[in-house]
Amino acid sequence: MEIDPFIFRLSIFILSIFIGYYVVWSVTPSLHTPLMSVTNAISSVIIVGAIIAGLAGSSDDNFSISNILGFLAITLAAVNIFGGFLVTQRMLQMYKKKQKDK
Amino acid sequence: MSANLSAIFYLISGVLFILALRGLSSPETSRQGNFFGILGMAIAITVTFLSIGSFSSGLTYVLIFLLIGGLIGAFIAYKIPMTAMPELVAGFHSLVGLSAVLVAISAFLNPEAFNLGSSGDIKLSSLIEMSIGAAVGAITFSGSIIAFLKLQGIMSGSPITFRGQHLFNALLLISIFILTYLLCSTQTPDYFWVLLAVSFLIGFLLIIPIGGADMPVVISMLNSYSGWAAAGIGFTLENSALIITGALVGSSGAILSYIMCKGMNRSFFNVILGGFGAIEQSSSSQNKEYRPVKNGNAEDAAFLMKNASSVIIVPGYGMAVAQAQHALREMVDTLKKNDIKVTYAIHPVAGRMPGHMNVLLAEANVPYDEVFELEEINNDFANADVAFVIGANDVTNPAAKNDPQSPIYGMPVLDVEKCKSVLFLKRSLSPGYAGIDNDLFYKENTLMLFADAKKMTEDITKNL
Repeated sequence: MEIDPFIFRLSIFILSIFIGYYVVWSVTPSLHTPLMSVTNAISSVIIVGAIIAGLAGSSDDNFSISNILGFLAITLAAVNIFGGFLVTQRMLQMYKKKQKDK
Repeated sequence: MSANLSAIFYLISGVLFILALRGLSSPETSRQGNFFGILGMAIAITVTFLSIGSFSSGLTYVLIFLLIGGLIGAFIAYKIPMTAMPELVAGFHSLVGLSAVLVAISAFLNPEAFNLGSSGDIKLSSLIEMSIGAAVGAITFSGSIIAFLKLQGIMSGSPITFRGQHLFNALLLISIFILTYLLCSTQTPDYFWVLLAVSFLIGFLLIIPIGGADMPVVISMLNSYSGWAAAGIGFTLENSALIITGALVGSSGAILSYIMCKGMNRSFFNVILGGFGAIEQSSSSQNKEYRPVKNGNAEDAAFLMKNASSVIIVPGYGMAVAQAQHALREMVDTLKKNDIKVTYAIHPVAGRMPGHMNVLLAEANVPYDEVFELEEINNDFANADVAFVIGANDVTNPAAKNDPQSPIYGMPVLDVEKCKSVLFLKRSLSPGYAGIDNDLFYKENTLMLFADAKKMTEDITKNL
């Protein structure tokens, strides 16, 4: 009997939860705010779905509701991607070690 | 690009996202981690474009909208003050939630484009995944909007409750399952729209009963939800990058919620069911007897600290409100010039989101190796001369250790009372969010400084 591809995706999903579990426990508590902003940014990878939706079956300026929803989702996800990564970068720049100049 | 090749690239971006989180295990590797995250995102977006292949005129629009969103995002990221980080994160969560909903609707209306069958005859598994993604996305969206409004102060931070709330929420939750079942068995679009409407309503109702100071849990929880929504959509689109990311974000948010709940010694359900502040009001009004406090000014505080050899600073939400982090840092610089050892003690739930205080101190150029977590520093209070509590209250309350009647009994607190003297910088004697009195205020060795945190800190610096 052939295995449904769904089972493979489910395996990826379950294993990723475990990876996430162990990786996140190793995050130092002082970086919990950047952790939230970076997880926010990466969850916007949902933009791949939005791009498919935006481009699906469109023929020359004749957009379906489905396309328009895709465009809207692209805009929202893009705000999140750029905003999320840049604000994380900005925060991480501030975490500095004590300067040994004494 | 063949489907297999693009699947491999999606897998690579998933791995890069794992590395991005891994990088956050220490501040040194964190910037590299963020770079991995950006790289992973760039790969995922590029591969999506390449796999679609046919470049119709829609592509121009896609790029334009990408650019518009990107510019808005970059502008916000550049402009936002660090004290507004909790609002920003809540706002961003709502965007993830809404895009998940939009993608799900789009896939529902045009299943052919996503290889999910045809309208009115969508594959059963896809329909279930889609419904889950859309429902969780909708809950994330409306919940985050409420959290945002509460954090921004547009909506009152106090819990809003009504009778039968829990029963009503439970019924709505059950109706989601029923609607999903009906949708799958009949393929009638109407059920999908009702499902979305109910989900939006649940998100709204779930967050309104939760008080302002429980926001660290709420934000972490919504963070988790946004991940599960992404994973749901990932299953629909059969995209491993989305599935991996969704699982990572989902478990990350769940762990943060757990850490925050533990920091308050409350169970997750206790927080979610809400109404903490509402219960406490009754107990605080009972014992309103007047007790004298020692009131001090900037000179007294400066005198105490100047004669100390070690000072521990305990920041709280009040510091964020008063934007006092820079003034605090200047005060600490002056203290250090006088050879006084200064460290910072951070309670897990200080502020409005996980790590809130750490970011503010980092913004004020406080080196992160002077900042300690509760377990690391709690034994040091006994040896310190002065504890300077700026804008914190409940996290120092000894009642959590010695008063089993207290609502916060059992919550881990900073052992501030063990210091030789305690300086409390607060705006007034009003109790903290839990609405309970802090015995520490009335102790012999406690000096209360009633003022705006920023102004008082500046005054102390002048007097040092």
